Amino acid sequence: MSTSVETIRDLAQQEYKWGFVTKIDEDRVPKGLNEDIVRVISARKGEPEFMLEWRLKALRHWQSLERKEAEPKWANITYGPIDYQDIVYYSAPKQKPALDSLESLDPEILRTYEKLGIPLEEQKRLAGVAVDAVFDSVSVATTFKGKLAEMGVIFCSFSEAVQKHPDLVRKYLGSVVPYTDNFFASLNAAVFTDGSFVYVPKGVRCPMELSTYFRINAAETGQFERTLIVADEGAYVSYLEGCTAPIRDENQLHAAVVELVALDNAQIKYSTVQNWYPGDKEGRGGIYNFVTKRGKCVGVNAKISWTQVETGSAITWKYPSCILQGDNSVGEFYSVALTNNRQQADTGTKMIHIGKNTRSTIVTKGISAGRGQNTYRGQVKIMKSATGARNYTQCDSLLIGEHCGAHTFPYIDVRNSTARMEHEASTSRIGENQLFYLRQRGLKTEEAVSMIVNGFCKTVFRELPMEFAVEAQKLLGVSLEGSVG
Amino acid sequence: MALLEIEDLHASVDGHEILKGVNLTLNAGEVHSIMGPNGSGKSTLAQVLARRETYAVTQGRVLYDGKDLLGMKPEEAACEGLFLAFQYPVEIPGIGNAYFLRTAMNAIRKYRGEDELDAMDFLPVFRERLKLLEMDDALMNRSVNEGFSGGEKKRNEILQMAMLEPKLAILDETDSGLDIDALRIVAHGVNAMRSRERAFLVITHYQRLLDFIVPDFVHVLVEGKIVRSGGPELALELEEKGYGWTEAQAQPA
Ligand SMILES: Nc1ncnc2c1ncn2[C@@H]1O[C@H](COP(=O)(O)OP(=O)(O)OP(=O)(O)O)[C@@H](O)[C@H]1O
Ligand SMILES: [Mg+2]
Repeated sequence: MSTSVETIRDLAQQEYKWGFVTKIDEDRVPKGLNEDIVRVISARKGEPEFMLEWRLKALRHWQSLERKEAEPKWANITYGPIDYQDIVYYSAPKQKPALDSLESLDPEILRTYEKLGIPLEEQKRLAGVAVDAVFDSVSVATTFKGKLAEMGVIFCSFSEAVQKHPDLVRKYLGSVVPYTDNFFASLNAAVFTDGSFVYVPKGVRCPMELSTYFRINAAETGQFERTLIVADEGAYVSYLEGCTAPIRDENQLHAAVVELVALDNAQIKYSTVQNWYPGDKEGRGGIYNFVTKRGKCVGVNAKISWTQVETGSAITWKYPSCILQGDNSVGEFYSVALTNNRQQADTGTKMIHIGKNTRSTIVTKGISAGRGQNTYRGQVKIMKSATGARNYTQCDSLLIGEHCGAHTFPYIDVRNSTARMEHEASTSRIGENQLFYLRQRGLKTEEAVSMIVNGFCKTVFRELPMEFAVEAQKLLGVSLEGSVG
Repeated sequence: MALLEIEDLHASVDGHEILKGVNLTLNAGEVHSIMGPNGSGKSTLAQVLARRETYAVTQGRVLYDGKDLLGMKPEEAACEGLFLAFQYPVEIPGIGNAYFLRTAMNAIRKYRGEDELDAMDFLPVFRERLKLLEMDDALMNRSVNEGFSGGEKKRNEILQMAMLEPKLAILDETDSGLDIDALRIVAHGVNAMRSRERAFLVITHYQRLLDFIVPDFVHVLVEGKIVRSGGPELALELEEKGYGWTEAQAQPA
């Protein structure tokens, strides 16, 4: 007798569609990490002295951590040792990209972005999305710059910001995630090669979605990008990042840092669709995604909202967090994390309530399929000063098949008795009866699974900008194909 | 040619034989009703025909529209125009009714090589069918069956049937849980769909439904076998005498 579970197990395995490699000349430094490498990176980028110094301090701090204990060990993930001397810390397309003209860009890179569906070209700008694209370590093109500049919005690569807006960089770099923050944040601070920089001036509502697309192309390369977004008083910005990488047998390290700063009455909405190469069915290859993301509501009534859809990477270790310092400030975290085959994800958030009447909302949807392991780890901390603070947390897990796992670790630390905390959690399984019902209406098993999963994730997808919500839905469908069983 | 021809159908669940040799033939344009005591295998028959994989067919043959139904997957049977109104409709949280219906319609259209319907094509038909079943628009913005009352779920099944326009519709106790007005509305919806190309297999416990949806034939299923068949008057007789009477008749001579 064939059961439904067996039927789903039979489904064809869908390959990772973004796994191609682009053939371009690379300018790369030798493998390994030491002071010389850091100096070379800084020199290649023509950085001012303060940057080099900051990097060197970070390197020394990282070296001291590495001597002690290397990576943090508390996360619910397992992987072999990483040899930090076996990684190339800087790789850039050889032809130096002229940032203001797309014509001078290596056509191979343009074609890559075409394949990825990124609207880089002039005629595609109508889409209303300004895109910064980071290819391996270097930002290759930033569209829409002129139009944004008219409103005083700065949206450029980090390297360019260091050159053109050193005062802003100096003021805010490391103000939310200091180079001493954690092992990977220190590593990033020492060797980060590029990333995006956004500054939205007082009272300006950024008229379009800003978007960065990250792509790891070169082999044996780590990607260490750094993003800094500052919304000045009363400003608003919505930002989206997307990521893919080629299929490679070895694991590649991605250790990014994102810092958000929201001043009085400012609002930052940060959305991620993370689709790094997850490794093959047996768990060979794939990206180690060890990322530090944190936002700080510095001013009153500020709001920072994280939305993430995490479907890729062999291992995801990431906790986009909010420090709610200003009174009445708001932090939100909406997350969909999917693990299939042998993927592992340990993700969640931290909400640190410092100001009065600060509010935070956490909604997470973990989906585990195949042999995937999905962990939610969250901390809500209400400090003594945070009178009237409120938190609402909802963690739901959906299991597909018998060999996967879902784990939830909520930590709550309340030091002010006026705090109001609400916590809900659920774990469910896709039922054979649900699948049969949908199939009886004409849907194939894969479509039925995808529909159930999308329904499960709806409260998170609702938070994404429209066009990305559609993309995220499709991505979930693809990531799940052949997963069930 | 018959639309559905069931021959000596045996089926079991978890090793228990439930259907023990069912024979039944439906022609297009006909309405057949199946009655029978609890646990006699009515839903099992419906689900086997809809190709639920938790039921194993151990013997027999089913031709549907000239094709081997038992060789089809549930979605193939659905796309070939077989519809099952569930005795216990299932909830799909987070998926709106209208979106769900359009997705289902398009899955079936794709199978048939037809163009997909966009929202503009879909909405007028959808509104018209909602009206036919006197259903509240507000219900349609909600997730599929989520938080629906028992009666609302049943009515939603008939709405789906009306949208998907099947060739063969199997209604598994759609009348259970409906109030008198809803029963009338649902029956009206079904009657509006009766046509020369379409057949219905209506599973029910109550003769009352058959006052509204008058069947051409009534069959009595007892312990996995059809023990009696007749016209609408058989339902009245059952109402009067109970199943004990047919079971006595079912004893082998
Ligand atoms: N997994 C199972 N293992 C054993 N017996 C089962 C299993 N599933 C169903 N059955 C039995 O199959 C028989 C037929 O069930 P079915 O649902 O087809 O009855 P029915 O005629 O539709 O009854 P009702 O009028 O109550 O809806 C019942 O006796 C039921 O207990
Ligand atoms: Mg039944």
